[in-house]
Amino acid sequence: MPVFAKRIVGAVVIIVVLIAINALMSDAGLFGFGVPPYSGRILMFVGINVILAVSLNLINGFTGQFSIGHAGFMAIGAYSSAYVTVYHGQAWERALAGAVGADVASVLVFLVAILVGALFSAAAGLVVGIPSLRLRGDYLAIVTLGFAEIIRIVIVNIDVVGGATGFTVPGYTNFIWVGIFAVFTIVVVRNIVRSDTGRVLISIREDELASEAMGINTTRYKVLSFIISSAFAGIAGVLFGHYTKFLSTADFTFYRSFEIIIMIVLGGMGSITGAVLGAIVITVLPEALRQLPMVGGFNFADLRLVIYAGLLIVIMLTRPQGVLGEREFGFNWLRRSQKRPEGDEATGASKGVPIAETPDATVDHESGRDADDTLKGVENR
Amino acid sequence: MDTFVQQLINGLTIGSIYALIALGYTMVYGILRLINFAHGDIYMIGAFTGFFMARGLGFAAEPSLTALGITLVGSMVVAALVGMAIERFAYRPVRKYARMTTLITAIGVSLLLENLAVVIFGGAPRSFPQLLQNEVYPLFGNAAISKSQILIFGVSIALMLLLQWIVYRTKVGTAMRAVSFNLNSAKLMGINTDFIIVFTFALGSALAAAGGVLTAQYNPTIYPLMGIITGLKAFVAAVLGGIGNIPGAVLGGLLIGAAETFVVGYGQLIGIPSTYRDAVAFSILILVLLFRPAGLLGSTVQEKV
Amino acid sequence: MKRTLLTLGLIVALVASFACERRDGTSTTGDSNAGAIKVGIYADLSGQTSSFGQSTKNGVTMAFDEINKAGGVNGRQLEFVIEDDQGQPAQAATVVTKLINQDKVHAIIGEVASSNTLAAAPVAQSAKIPMITPSSTNPTVTQKGDYIFRVCFTDNFQGAVMAKFAVNTLKAKTAAVLGDVNSDYSKGMTQYFEQEFNRLGGRIVTKQAYTQTDADFKGQLTAIRSTNPDVIFVPGYYGQVGVIAKQSKELGIKAPLLGGDGWDAPQLWDLGGEALNGAFMANHYSIDDPSPAVKKFVDAYKARYGGTAPDAIAALAYDAAYVLADAIKRAGSTENAKIRDALAQTKNFAGVTGSISINEQRDAVKPAVVFELQNRKFVYKETIQPEGASSGAPATGASPAGATTGASPAATTGASPAANANTTSGNMNAGTTTNTNSTTNSTP
Repeated sequence: MPVFAKRIVGAVVIIVVLIAINALMSDAGLFGFGVPPYSGRILMFVGINVILAVSLNLINGFTGQFSIGHAGFMAIGAYSSAYVTVYHGQAWERALAGAVGADVASVLVFLVAILVGALFSAAAGLVVGIPSLRLRGDYLAIVTLGFAEIIRIVIVNIDVVGGATGFTVPGYTNFIWVGIFAVFTIVVVRNIVRSDTGRVLISIREDELASEAMGINTTRYKVLSFIISSAFAGIAGVLFGHYTKFLSTADFTFYRSFEIIIMIVLGGMGSITGAVLGAIVITVLPEALRQLPMVGGFNFADLRLVIYAGLLIVIMLTRPQGVLGEREFGFNWLRRSQKRPEGDEATGASKGVPIAETPDATVDHESGRDADDTLKGVENR
Repeated sequence: MDTFVQQLINGLTIGSIYALIALGYTMVYGILRLINFAHGDIYMIGAFTGFFMARGLGFAAEPSLTALGITLVGSMVVAALVGMAIERFAYRPVRKYARMTTLITAIGVSLLLENLAVVIFGGAPRSFPQLLQNEVYPLFGNAAISKSQILIFGVSIALMLLLQWIVYRTKVGTAMRAVSFNLNSAKLMGINTDFIIVFTFALGSALAAAGGVLTAQYNPTIYPLMGIITGLKAFVAAVLGGIGNIPGAVLGGLLIGAAETFVVGYGQLIGIPSTYRDAVAFSILILVLLFRPAGLLGSTVQEKV
Repeated sequence: MKRTLLTLGLIVALVASFACERRDGTSTTGDSNAGAIKVGIYADLSGQTSSFGQSTKNGVTMAFDEINKAGGVNGRQLEFVIEDDQGQPAQAATVVTKLINQDKVHAIIGEVASSNTLAAAPVAQSAKIPMITPSSTNPTVTQKGDYIFRVCFTDNFQGAVMAKFAVNTLKAKTAAVLGDVNSDYSKGMTQYFEQEFNRLGGRIVTKQAYTQTDADFKGQLTAIRSTNPDVIFVPGYYGQVGVIAKQSKELGIKAPLLGGDGWDAPQLWDLGGEALNGAFMANHYSIDDPSPAVKKFVDAYKARYGGTAPDAIAALAYDAAYVLADAIKRAGSTENAKIRDALAQTKNFAGVTGSISINEQRDAVKPAVVFELQNRKFVYKETIQPEGASSGAPATGASPAGATTGASPAATTGASPAANANTTSGNMNAGTTTNTNSTTNSTP
């Protein structure tokens, strides 16, 4: 089959599957069967977290920058789009409904909201990207964290979007939206990583000075990766807000950012499928721990967050490179018979090897470069 | 004028606490290049240890300076032990791996301490016993300084001088500085780096615990999540001063404490309502880093290829 | 192609693992006429407001155990499932979905923070499962639908009560506000206090803010001191208020502090001590109340929870549980619509936090009591009735009933239509009648 035909078939299959799942999640169900709303809700959050994790991976995993403020971009997307749908959505829908029908009108309005969310978040990404010109490593990390906190505090003080009480938002999101954007994010990030731009980003991660010496405008590319990543975080925020139908800054604290970082580190930094896997595990795990049994009058579910934190530490101690490391699940071993891709993924090098043979050689103090490399583990590739 | 002086005293009080905690962040960072996210929770553990000691030893009934001293030292020791345990069992095994791995481990330890504290102590705020009869000494006009504020200044200055002495005048301090310059070379010189790292954790944790007990004297509300925001601001203070730099941490802490208080006191005059107080620390940080990317006192290391 | 198929397979497996269920279109609740009655509780048990969550859990658990010991409701035992929402609104909605969907509860009690309740209420509403919030005070909570009820005050009532008290009883002309910027409770109270205070001719001289995590309030208090207000309104929670009182005394501030039910907790005295003397608060009830019902509740609570006295949130949660049990009893069934109707008809229910009647907005109508804080005791000052509650009929809160205020502490009781009767903003039961009692020290 020619490539484009394969892609079209693939897209059609994905859309059909999404429509089927969405029908299963609706009240009516599909052929008399349905997904329970609780599971459906978790599935929705899995989808939204996939967008967040895969997009953050572009900055942290592929460009090697150290951003821990993803929740801030998400908040901007959520709140800016909610402002649009709450204050203008209905009027626009009514205006459009006459021309194209009510269903299409609501799709169009939500598309506009998504666009607004993505644009605002991208703009914020640009603003945060500018200090990244000068800052390295942990300094950049704390600045992104600081920006996210400032965004949250500013939102708390804006009363038109609800302030501390929270903001009631109309519901537009269904699983088709979430699924399409999750797939879209994965495809876009994958294509970027495999493109020339992706090569540049990876070269920045591997050695910023060297890539600069090769004539690469590293600043431009770093800012670019920030903007793209923020835009996707914004989209995730739009989908989140219009699914939960209620926005509160309590959902966008820095713990939310940490959660996204945990997803990509758990799955394996620099692996798209790893980020997807991490998003699934980190979304499902806390809910699964609610099911812990009551034993002898003691409810183990009360300890679920302690167990969650403990598991996190244990995973880091036993599989520090993340579950997949930098490998891509499925991409390589399924296509072993075919010709190899140009080969960034699956060089098979990263087995989470220590940076150097001596266990203490964590940081290269002498050169002072340590603060630059968020991903020391890649050095020996 | 008296209002200004009062605000300055208020700001420096809270700034001293930030400084004490920031020292722990900065020392650990200086040696391991690790952001120890659990450090804010050590501050909480210090406050809770002090609470249980003061209750258990009956100090709550008869407050005295000795009682406070014993509580302070006791909680510093306990916190130091907790810090050492965390280093030994959580950080040392991942030390050799990528930075992200150690960062996630630190976040995990922080979550573990917080959630354990919620399970064990319960979420309700507890009242730390008053270990010192609080008196207020008027200065001039309306300005006044309270005993607990004097205590915070006194103890934090003493602890900072002690730290300065340890780092610059003792053998172990010399070793600490050597390790922070280059861990491998220090090892080759025969320094027991593992011991130095554990020692650094103990020292930093003890300072955080002192901060916890002192804060509890000033503001007796203690609860399991008290370390999150205070810890975060102290971390910001450490970065502001230039992370890894000990005087920088003190400077950063005082600066952030004072700035926050002045925004509350005078922000309305320039159009910043006091609701933005929590954003102040981060805004200052970002502004400073734009002009001095390595913090106020941090030195920019020239990159070598 | 293979890859697409594999991805497809994975997605299908994923969905299958979520265990599709049969949709037969019947109600999601279980058997409605036999077996235990299941009630879901959601609360913040691990986040920033976990102390409130813990109190809620304690209050509800104690009430249910008492009810079960007394033979249950209509011969059926009450069974409850508690879920933690970590103080995050999205999580709150998730756990309510779980409670309804997986645990098949017949009714839900929950949340303190209005933002969490606001996020979760639509879930309960669309599943038509009655939900009672014990202590979410934001007026919009019960507007989420006809299955959402509350047993506490609304912000607009309580804020207005304290503004009236400040102006009429304390003769205050100027006020400063010191509120928690992250708390919807604080923000709501501030808004309605300000509105009413300005309407009565007072002036807000400064508004300062803190957050729950602040270690120090002297900066804000110093700023307030320089404006020299007659009263300081502190619509926060006890964890901070005690310290605020202490630090304001250290700064030599003489103006009395005013607050609401968020202050009410035994820890308040430990934190604030004598510095609280002369402060005033509005509340549903007082743990020092000599009435036997309150005393029985406080004693039982202390005995059960290791000597900890209940705070207002525990008392409200306890009442919410009893109001629910009472409604189920009157409904005679656990059919959601019947429970809902019975809840809506709740009238003059004698709870520990006062006599509760549910009005047409599904809000509790009950009097507020103003106390002066003196030497670790709540000293009764006056009772302020919500409009229409004294008649026994559910108040028609939507009517912009005018405030009829007794002008001075010396004024006799009774609802003499006062001059300033008609300017309330029409915002539900903001209208109040002041029932001033000149003999203040009725509490030992």
